[in-house]
This record gives sequence, structure tokens and C-alpha cells, in this order.
Amino acid sequence: MSTVTGVSAADELPQPDGKKPRQGDRASTGRIGDRLFGGAATLSGVIVIVLVTLIGAFLVVQAVPALMNNSASFFTSRVWAPGGEQPAFGILEFLWTTVAASTVAMLLAVPVGVGVALFLTQYAPTWLRGPAATLVDLLAAVPSIVYGLWGLVTFFPVWKPVQNGIEDTLGWFPLLAPTGISGGTIFFIGIVLSIMVLPIVTALSREVFAQTPTAHKEGALALGATQWEMIRTSVLPFGRPGVISAAMLALGRALGETIAVTFLVSALADGSSWTWSLFNGGETFASKIANNAAEFSNPGKTGAYIAAGLVLFVLTFIVNSIARVVIERRKAFTE
Amino acid sequence: MSVSRISALGAIALSGALALSACASENNGAAPGAGSTAAGSTASGDCFSGDLKAEGSSAQKNAIDEAIKAYQTACADANIDYQPTGSGAGIKQFIAKQVDFAGSDSALKTEPKDGKIEADDAKASCGTEAWNLPMVTGPIAIAYNVKGVDKLVLDAEVAAKVFDGKITTWNDPAIAALNKGVTLPATPIKVFFRSDESGTTENFTKYLKAAAPEAWSYETGKKWTGKGEGKEKSAGVATATKGQDGGITYVELSYAQQNQLPMAQIDTGSGPVELTAESAGKTIATAKQTGTGNNLALKIDYATKEAGAYPIVLVTYEIVCSKYADAETGKKVKSFLKTFASDEVQQGLEAAGYAPLPTEVATKVQTAVNAIS
Repeated sequence: MSTVTGVSAADELPQPDGKKPRQGDRASTGRIGDRLFGGAATLSGVIVIVLVTLIGAFLVVQAVPALMNNSASFFTSRVWAPGGEQPAFGILEFLWTTVAASTVAMLLAVPVGVGVALFLTQYAPTWLRGPAATLVDLLAAVPSIVYGLWGLVTFFPVWKPVQNGIEDTLGWFPLLAPTGISGGTIFFIGIVLSIMVLPIVTALSREVFAQTPTAHKEGALALGATQWEMIRTSVLPFGRPGVISAAMLALGRALGETIAVTFLVSALADGSSWTWSLFNGGETFASKIANNAAEFSNPGKTGAYIAAGLVLFVLTFIVNSIARVVIERRKAFTE
Repeated sequence: MSVSRISALGAIALSGALALSACASENNGAAPGAGSTAAGSTASGDCFSGDLKAEGSSAQKNAIDEAIKAYQTACADANIDYQPTGSGAGIKQFIAKQVDFAGSDSALKTEPKDGKIEADDAKASCGTEAWNLPMVTGPIAIAYNVKGVDKLVLDAEVAAKVFDGKITTWNDPAIAALNKGVTLPATPIKVFFRSDESGTTENFTKYLKAAAPEAWSYETGKKWTGKGEGKEKSAGVATATKGQDGGITYVELSYAQQNQLPMAQIDTGSGPVELTAESAGKTIATAKQTGTGNNLALKIDYATKEAGAYPIVLVTYEIVCSKYADAETGKKVKSFLKTFASDEVQQGLEAAGYAPLPTEVATKVQTAVNAIS
């Protein structure tokens, strides 16, 4: 009795002539459908790996000659003058801006995103869940240039007095020191980025929270937990790996976001003094590259920008790897 | 589960992108074969049919679009494509024979840069001399936004100090001295500069350097070396200035006009000059020709003291081969540039924020275009 899927063929009894029943996995390899599907899936997997490897290789190959000619320290210099006879370029400023803006975005987006997800899965009345979730997902569908425009035209005038207020009252704190940059500060970009990544955090967190086993939740409630205690003891621990991977995906987006940031940032003039302030301007890796792509006039200069791109690539890679590790370890604890 | 869902989305997005790029690359080849035999209705009288490809300076994008529109009204079968990828890219593509002519903010360089001499490379690529034809004049405005001040006079030295962060408030005595009778507020000055590399920055710094060498000690170049806050492209600096009381920037005339920003008058030593198409043209007319014959590379005298001449201007060139290896291409380029250099099109550019070429220069350009083969 062979079946359509071929899997249950392994359940067959020994045949009358004494042959052993066929093994499940062997049996499945013989069929065209299985082979086609398995092949297609493997091919897709290989394509992704090859693509990423090729992109990495491309970046390295293009970046190395420029890096060899670099007369400044690539990681600690704040100069960016990749053209000309004596190229000198360093990424310190982009690294700081990119990481700082993304961190601000994460600090704002993750708590809010998790809150939205908890509301949608635990608190909201059933009739509201569907429409509200769709609305949040809709945020993810807004093109990033629209966020840029909105940030510049609508949100910035609203934010500016707030920023001035913070600078006036909390300016003694180095991270919030006034710098004289009028708009497009790291903090402002962080806020806009946080809105852009909010749907990612929310959508993924919602998925995992919704899958918390009912037994866990009812168990907690039966032991006398309040709604909040139930969430804390059953929903949150269950969903933690999902929330972490959501945050990391969001961070990846924030690190690499280009067009909205290019639109909003205030670049710093050469030789402006270093400050830790989040109210300073600065360019991110992606915005710097995008803004200057039109003037890649020689391979050395292009190479310098590609080297900056390589750092972003590696940065994103590290972030994702950390996420993987954290999730794996969490799994080991929770299961 | 959710992670694999995301990666599935990624795969879909990826295949979508591949499909899109496949579409995009289709447009490049295929020249429509349909011939329009001698459509005599055009100004230049010799329409071509097929494709003409050009690439380069984004500063002349709007101007060339006007010219293309004018040309295609007369010659419906002509398909002219101009990619505003930047002067450097345009010249590179021209030398690599990827485009038929290039648009550039500066003439082909005759001195070595990065081990290459552009003019020689272009010559080698053409097989004959390559010509720089000034085609579009773009005046650069010093646009500002100060509450209550709608007329402002600056001279090169004060402008240089403002853009170098040495003058920091609007009621600085140096500014007041040039603006007698105007009440200047104590608002801090916010300088906005182009954060991308641009020909506008290059020409503006060239002006500062030439007209106020002591106050502006930096090198000139496409990358901003002064002080201030960088914004993306012309639209970015114009918008930022518009939104900031006390803001000042340098930007092409059209952007200042569109954003209704007041523009500073420049005192060159013979009285304040307002930025108009005419006053900008005057500076071009006094420029020295550095090329020989039909090679019309110009050297603008930014420090000009000529009465009524507005000194901060940008000239963009079309870079062409004097004789194309493919006679057909030569005809196409000639036919289109004839229209571009014609008086009607040049006069029409004023509405787009450019200044028409002054008559003396226009005549020379028209002669040169006629000599292309």
C-alpha cells in the first residue's frame, strides 16, 4: 500500500517474499516530486549563501586596494578625504553616528513594540486584534522616503522645541549637550528610525506571544497570578527568543536604513570638534555612501566608500550572529 | 517560524528585484528603426531618429530637459536620454564611449589628476580633439532666511567669513557696514552646506578663493571645507535654510526661487549687484576663453569688478568629439546641440532658473556646434 506522500510507506509490513519494508527516507528519494522539491529548496538555500559570500568577496576585493593606499587610520580617524593623490579616510564618525542612532531607535522601538504586541495578544478585545495588527503592519509598508519626507516636513517642526527644551535643561549631561546643529541630529534620526522599525518588532513579537501555550497561561492564572504576573511568568519568557530576533532584525534595518537618513541628517563640517552629544549631526555609513555615489570618480575613491560599506556589512553580520547565539542559549534554558 | 516567514519574504523581494533590474536593462539597446525622412519643421531642420545618449552634471539636468522637450516637439522620433549622474561619471562614460556626449560642470582638465589627463584621454577616445562647449549658465545664489531682512548686501570677504564661521551673528558690524539702514537682528547665523560633493560647492569656493583670498584660506573643490551643517543636495540646503531663522546657504538660483528665499546682493567693488539672468550673463561675457578655436573652455573671472556683473556663476559644458568616428552619431549630436544653443531654447532657460548664454558666447558656441561632424 504505497501512499501519495511516500512517507507512510515505511509503515508497511514485511512483504510476503520476506523483503524488509522500505525505509521512510529512502523511499521518498525515489520520487520525482520529492527530488524536484528537495532540489529546488537546496538550490534556493545555496543561492542565498553564494550571494552573501559573493557580496562579501566583492566588498573585500574592491576595498583592499583603497585601504592599502589609506594614509589615515581607517578605524580611528575622523577625516574623510578619499579622493586625490594622498587618500586619507577613517570611519570613526560614521560608526558612532550609525551605532548611536540605531541604539536610540532600539531603545525606543523595542519596549513600545513589545508593548503593542502584548496589547494585541493579551489585552485587546478580539474584534480589535485583526484590524489593529493590520494597521501596525501597514507601517512597515510605508516606503522609507515617505518617512524621510514626513520627518523633515511634519515631525521636525514639532520635535525642534522639544529638543531645544532638553538641551536647555539637561545640557550638562554629555550625551544631551547642545551643539548648535539645528536639525537632523542623531537623536532625531533615532526617533524616525524607531518608527520605521516598530512594525518589525511588533509583528514578530505578536507572532510569538500568540503562540504561548494556553496551558502555561492558565496554569499561571490558576495559581493566582494577576494578568500582569501571568504575562511576566509565562508569556514573556516564552516569547523572549522571538523578541530578541525581532529586535535584531529591526536593528539590522536601522543600521542600514539609507534614504530617510540621507534625507534627514546634518553632515558635520570638516574639523568640527568631537562630541558625544546625541544632538550633534553626523552621517551614517549608508547615508554617506548614498549621498556621494554620484561622484565616485576613480577606483580609489570608490574603494574607500566600499570599505565603509564593508564595515556596515560586518557590523550587521555581527549583530545577527549575536542574536543567533542569544536565541540558542535562551532556548536551552526555556525548554 | 516567524523567522522563516521573513526569509521567505526576503526571497520574494529578491526575485522581484531581479525581475525589475532585468526590465530596466532592456531599454538600453534597441534603437527604434522607424525613419522620419526629413521632417522640415524643426528649428535646426535636420531631425534624427533613434537614440542619443548623454550623461553627466546634475546642475544642467533641468536645462537639458527643456532642450530635449523643445527638440522632441519638432522631432518626435528622436529619443534623447540624459542621466544626471555627476560630471565625473559623465566624463568617464564619454571616454569609455558609453555615451555620445557628456555634461560637465568644468571643462576637461588639461593637467594630470589621479595620473590621468582628461583632455588627452578624451582625445584618444574620440580620435580627434574633444571640445568643451559652454551651454548652460547657472547662477549660484547666496540665499538666506532672516526674519525682517529682505534685502541684504554681502561682499566676498564678508561672505567668506560667514561661511567660515568667523562671523556668527547677523548683526555683526561687518555685515552692518554693508547694509546701512537695515535693522539686523542678533540671530545666530546657521550656515548650511552641500554634504554631497558638487560642482556648486566647487564654483562657490572658487569664487570665495578668487575674490577674497585672505578670508578664504581653504582649497577649492567639490567637497565643502568651510563650517556649518551639511544637507543633502540642493533641495536639502534650500529646505533647511527655509526652515531655520538665521539660515544661509549657497544654492542654484532655481532652488532659491522655488523656495522663495531672499538672495543676497553681491558688492563686487562697484556697487551691489542683484542676481538676475542678465547680471550673471555679464560675468560669462567677460570670461576668458582658455581653449583654442572651437574648444570653448572658459575661465571665469570670479573677482570681476565689472559694474552690474554678478560674479558667482557656474558654467556647465557639453563635452563632444569634434569629429565622431561614426558620422551618424556626429549628426545626431550636432542636430540636438544646435537646438540647445539656439536663442529660443536659451531664452527659455531663464524660467528654469538658469541664465541664457550672453550673445557673444552663444554665437561662438553656435559656430562650434556647426563644426561638429
